[in-house]
Amino acid sequence: MWRWVRQQLGFDPPHQSDTRTIYIANRFPQNGLYTPQKFIDNRIISSKYTVWNFVPKNLFEQFRRVANFYFLIIFLVQLMIDTPTSPITSGLPLFFVITVTAIKQGYEDWLRHNSDNEVNGAPVYVVRSGGLVKTRSKNIRVGDIVRIAKDEIFPADLVLLSSDRLDGSCHITTASLDGETNLKTHVAVPETAVLQTVASLDTLIAVIECQQPEADLYRFMGRMIITQQMEEIVRPLGPESLLLRGARLKNTKEIFGVAIYTGMETKMALNYKSKSQKRSAVEKSMNTFLIIYLIILISEAIISTILKYTWQAEEKWDEPWYNQKTEHQRNSSKILRFISDFLAFLVLYNFIIPISLYVTVEMQKFLGSFFIGWDLDLYHEESDQKAQVNTSDLNEELGQVEYVFTDKTGTLTENEMQFRECSINGIKYQEINGRLVSEGPTPDSPEGSLSYLNSLSHLNNLSHLTTSSFRTSPENETELIKEHDLFFKAVSLCHTVQISNVQTDGIGDGPWQSNFAPSQLEYYASSPDEKALVEAAARIGIVFIGNSEETMEIKILGKLERYKLLHILEFDSDRRRMSVIVQSPSGEKLLFAKGAESSILPKCIGGEIEKTRIHVDEFALKGLRTLCMAYKQLTSKEYEEIDRRLFEARTALQQREEKLADVFQFIEKDLMLLGATAVEDRLQDRVRETIEALRMAGIKVWVLTGDKHETAVSVSLSCGHFHRTMNILELINQKSDSECAEQLRQLARRIKEDHVIQHGLVVDGTSLSLALREHEKLFMEVCRNCSAVLCCRMAPLQKAKVIRLIKISPEKPITLAVGDGANDVSMIQEAHVGIGIMGKEGRQAARNSDYAIARFKFLSKLLFVHGHFYYIRIATLVQYFFYKNVCFITPQFLYQFYCLFSQQTLYDSVYLTLYNICFTSLPILIYSLLEQHIDPHVLQSKPTLYRDISKNRQLSIKTFLYWTILGFSHAFIFFFGSYFLIGKDMSLLGNGQPTSSTTLLYTTRN
Amino acid sequence: MTWSATARGAHQPDNTAFTQQRLPAWQPLLSASIALPLFFCAGLAFIGLGLGLFYSSNGIKELEYDYTGNPGTGNCSACALADQDRAPPLRCSCAWYFSLPELFPGPVYLYYELTNFYQNNRRYSVSRDDTQLSGLPSALRHPANECAPYQRRASGLPIAPCGAIANSLFNDSFSLWHQRQPGGPYVEVPLDRTGIAWWTDCHVKFRNPPLVNGSLALAFHGTAPPPNWPRPVYELSPDPNNTGFINQDFVVWMRTAALPTFRKLYARIRQGNYSTGLPRGSYLVNITYNYPVRAFGGHKLIVFSNISWMGGKNPFLGIAYLVVGSLCILMGFVMLVVYIRYQDQNDEDEEEE
Repeated sequence: MWRWVRQQLGFDPPHQSDTRTIYIANRFPQNGLYTPQKFIDNRIISSKYTVWNFVPKNLFEQFRRVANFYFLIIFLVQLMIDTPTSPITSGLPLFFVITVTAIKQGYEDWLRHNSDNEVNGAPVYVVRSGGLVKTRSKNIRVGDIVRIAKDEIFPADLVLLSSDRLDGSCHITTASLDGETNLKTHVAVPETAVLQTVASLDTLIAVIECQQPEADLYRFMGRMIITQQMEEIVRPLGPESLLLRGARLKNTKEIFGVAIYTGMETKMALNYKSKSQKRSAVEKSMNTFLIIYLIILISEAIISTILKYTWQAEEKWDEPWYNQKTEHQRNSSKILRFISDFLAFLVLYNFIIPISLYVTVEMQKFLGSFFIGWDLDLYHEESDQKAQVNTSDLNEELGQVEYVFTDKTGTLTENEMQFRECSINGIKYQEINGRLVSEGPTPDSPEGSLSYLNSLSHLNNLSHLTTSSFRTSPENETELIKEHDLFFKAVSLCHTVQISNVQTDGIGDGPWQSNFAPSQLEYYASSPDEKALVEAAARIGIVFIGNSEETMEIKILGKLERYKLLHILEFDSDRRRMSVIVQSPSGEKLLFAKGAESSILPKCIGGEIEKTRIHVDEFALKGLRTLCMAYKQLTSKEYEEIDRRLFEARTALQQREEKLADVFQFIEKDLMLLGATAVEDRLQDRVRETIEALRMAGIKVWVLTGDKHETAVSVSLSCGHFHRTMNILELINQKSDSECAEQLRQLARRIKEDHVIQHGLVVDGTSLSLALREHEKLFMEVCRNCSAVLCCRMAPLQKAKVIRLIKISPEKPITLAVGDGANDVSMIQEAHVGIGIMGKEGRQAARNSDYAIARFKFLSKLLFVHGHFYYIRIATLVQYFFYKNVCFITPQFLYQFYCLFSQQTLYDSVYLTLYNICFTSLPILIYSLLEQHIDPHVLQSKPTLYRDISKNRQLSIKTFLYWTILGFSHAFIFFFGSYFLIGKDMSLLGNGQPTSSTTLLYTTRN
Repeated sequence: MTWSATARGAHQPDNTAFTQQRLPAWQPLLSASIALPLFFCAGLAFIGLGLGLFYSSNGIKELEYDYTGNPGTGNCSACALADQDRAPPLRCSCAWYFSLPELFPGPVYLYYELTNFYQNNRRYSVSRDDTQLSGLPSALRHPANECAPYQRRASGLPIAPCGAIANSLFNDSFSLWHQRQPGGPYVEVPLDRTGIAWWTDCHVKFRNPPLVNGSLALAFHGTAPPPNWPRPVYELSPDPNNTGFINQDFVVWMRTAALPTFRKLYARIRQGNYSTGLPRGSYLVNITYNYPVRAFGGHKLIVFSNISWMGGKNPFLGIAYLVVGSLCILMGFVMLVVYIRYQDQNDEDEEEE
């Protein structure tokens, strides 16, 4: 029983064994020799409360706050002993504060429930009792066979059983999990791959044994034991047969899979960090201030108690004839009296702790956050999205950011590669409206000037863009393609792009239709550059329509050509190029190579090498990503040798990599240069300016991306994160601990030697984990000295780890994370402030973020204007609250000197009650919603102003002391001002009647 | 921000001054040319106000006499000597002779002042029952517990009015006599003992219990007066409109003072020949000395005072205004000097910009 309770409360992990055994379709063995394991259901829970635990849990959470708990104690004290004020004076404000907070939190949780229900209630198809049953996502149990149709998202972690293809393969995209946009192929075990119908699946008897859930997206180990004709077949299962929740099925009509991890145990859910309540720096300093005030309060109470007893030593003060005690009072124990006096003073002075501070701060945050959503400058017109506030608790934290961690794809960039320019045989072309236009008239190429004229005609009738202009000069385009035939073939053949083959039938036969066709074709590539190039080629007129194992099909101006794919020499980052060897329809064997100019140009023996080199440099200066294309015609003799050597290398058992590299070296030489391409990874609007502004505001920008090293660096350069003048340090491909340490020390030395210029650091995931494991300090030191850091090849949890590392470093800086994909969720949740970009990769990030914006550039207004305002507002609000309560209660303390420390109240109890919850909280609330100490335009155009408020300056101990002393001095003025004004209780009015009563009302300065 | 109504998206925020935080605001730049005149004007205004207050306070006449009767301080010493014990009070008379060389302008108010008397002690100030005092018959016979130890007599009778405040009612009385000619007879100056309490107090807060058979005494039947009182509450005054709980002396006393030194209004002098004030001549205040104060080191004073539009004599407000006003002017001059001294430099800076 006790263990059950502990399990329910989550103290004991429910799983005891290292592996879980899953009976597919929950067909348990008949002989009963198994221990049933319990698995959780497929519900995703992000809400905090349920209907029945809301009241106790919420109360518990609220009373964990110092101030609330304190007021509860005071309230209880007032109930127990005879105190100067009635329990209502502190009970009522407490009740009010608790209620308002509970309503707000309940409302927010209700919204979370709604979104949970949406996810958990999504319809899914499950194979049950021989038929396909439609049910809700939350009802999937471990062991259920689930059917997923094309473009659906997997509702749980599934092991692939079969697809509509014979080989049991399917394609998925994990863009929303790790940001990778390419298609990944997953395969089923051959024994189950043949079970393509519900009926045949029903006959399957199999057991899966696999490890317990873990967060690593890329690791999975298990085995499937299939019972067929009375014999057991054991098949290993790896990550290639695991379909993760959150990934999307592509390119495959339907698949069947068996659920193995469900609900909060899926890898996606495990990668989300549990939603711990984020607390802002302001709230932390608020707690410190509260404790200081608590100390002031207790010391005032102690002083008063002691003074009371020294005063009362004389009987004439303790018990003059006009004010006698009762027998009971005379006989009560001295110690008890002392304690009860102390408590009574505590109650008397308790209003020095501002009870309504939290509730006013919360109202201010809640109401103030509307301004973010309302801001037109944060509204993105194209996508019709306005900024969205998910947590209002962190508004002021936006004004405190010291580190910005940003994702790359989709955050800095549009997540869209765009072909821009190319250089073919030494002639530069630009793509304008889907047409290639040569740049500047070249004397020896007549078509250059012609297309230049064409481009003019484009400008003249923009409305009829491509169609009309194409019809007027189809020959030019055709000639262009014919002339540079090989270049375009290279572009459309030399790649590893996958194609979404379902929609290919939509492509017409006409040569010009292909110009509009790309939208109907869906290309998936591991490198977005390749995708952009293939798409560009398709726009020009050479459409890649598909590849099977052996052949690649392209349509050149509508004419279908089939190339036999002989070899692919894969890309690797040492060679920085890739090649394909194809056999053309006419039987020639061609090698096409594509790669960075530094790796292609030296290998070339022919072509316009010099001109191309100049062009490439020009492209690079524009921030475009360049690739060079080259080819080589192979004689059949040459090819045979290549084929043989490749085969040998690929099948070599030892030193395969070195051998392969040698062969590649041998093959890729004596190339003919075809030209170069320039692709723009289209940055989002104003990213460079925003990053520049962030830097001016004293914020360090780190780019964390799952992307490859090269891509990441080039984007970093083009978005201004890295400057060309920067000295770029690299910490990549570290394999061992000692190596990594050595490299780090070397980097640190280099920084020290060369501290004049700025440094940028590039780290990759594996090196990072090595660096973090042993050499955290050294690594942090290097990082702090670099003005820009780029981390590539990062797993989602690693991103969060980096942020945690920065967060807990000695300076405790405030961090902000921006991201758009589900792979950014953990970092968004880890950072002090998480910002989601409402981008293409679903709304996962936006949902889990604290603030969601449509574009990266909005960050500058969000931080410099809203963040600045909120910070100033809340800082003033907090300081004012403490100030006003000092002002309010100190006269009470001073008054005790004039009333024999008898705990007489200076104020009426109604005034005591209302002072905090309405008299003084409403005006400052309005102030803290609307105050603009500096014009917003000035704030935005001068990011350096952001430094003014860094490090929580407005709430430092110094300013706090200033306010407190101000409060005390005002209290003295109020008290003694009134004291002398009242004097001997003479009349203040013209009727001669004395004015004073026990209650003197003081008003405080507002 | 350019957008047309047709191009508006469904989620586009409203473009209003409020939502875009463009509400009109006044952000004064406190330059020297604004701040300096402001300081001088404020300083002058404060000084003017301060002078006015100070002089009107100074114009108020006050005449006070300590009749506690510490040894060697006049003829009340004899009474004071007898005041070693506490209540019940003894009956003793003493007198204070004084002469006015000129008219004491009216209206003149007669106060008594007590020092070191802590009416603001919490135990004391809660020792009353407001429902009883509002005349509720049920509360009359069931005084609140706060009144203890003056809740019930030893005999069990409820005390009306209960509590320490009522019990310690100030019971010295004064009569004022005027001698117009030296050696002439003393004429009693009429003292108006009404209109000395707040209107709300004696018409709302304090009510007598409903009469029984037309008699207030019967209404209080079954209650006992506070132990220190020689007579019951309904005999405080022969005037039926000024007796019982609404007796004005009683009401004035029940409104407790905030500080240990306080004055309470005893009477107004506004009748007959004395409506314009006290004419010159010799006076005699006949004091019935009942109230013991020496046990707690207190003093009793009798005070004649007139008032102005700003109330009683209190130079504090005038002085405060004068001080603040002078500080303003002083600061204004300091800033003026700083401004003139550094003005040129400032201009140069601006030119550089």
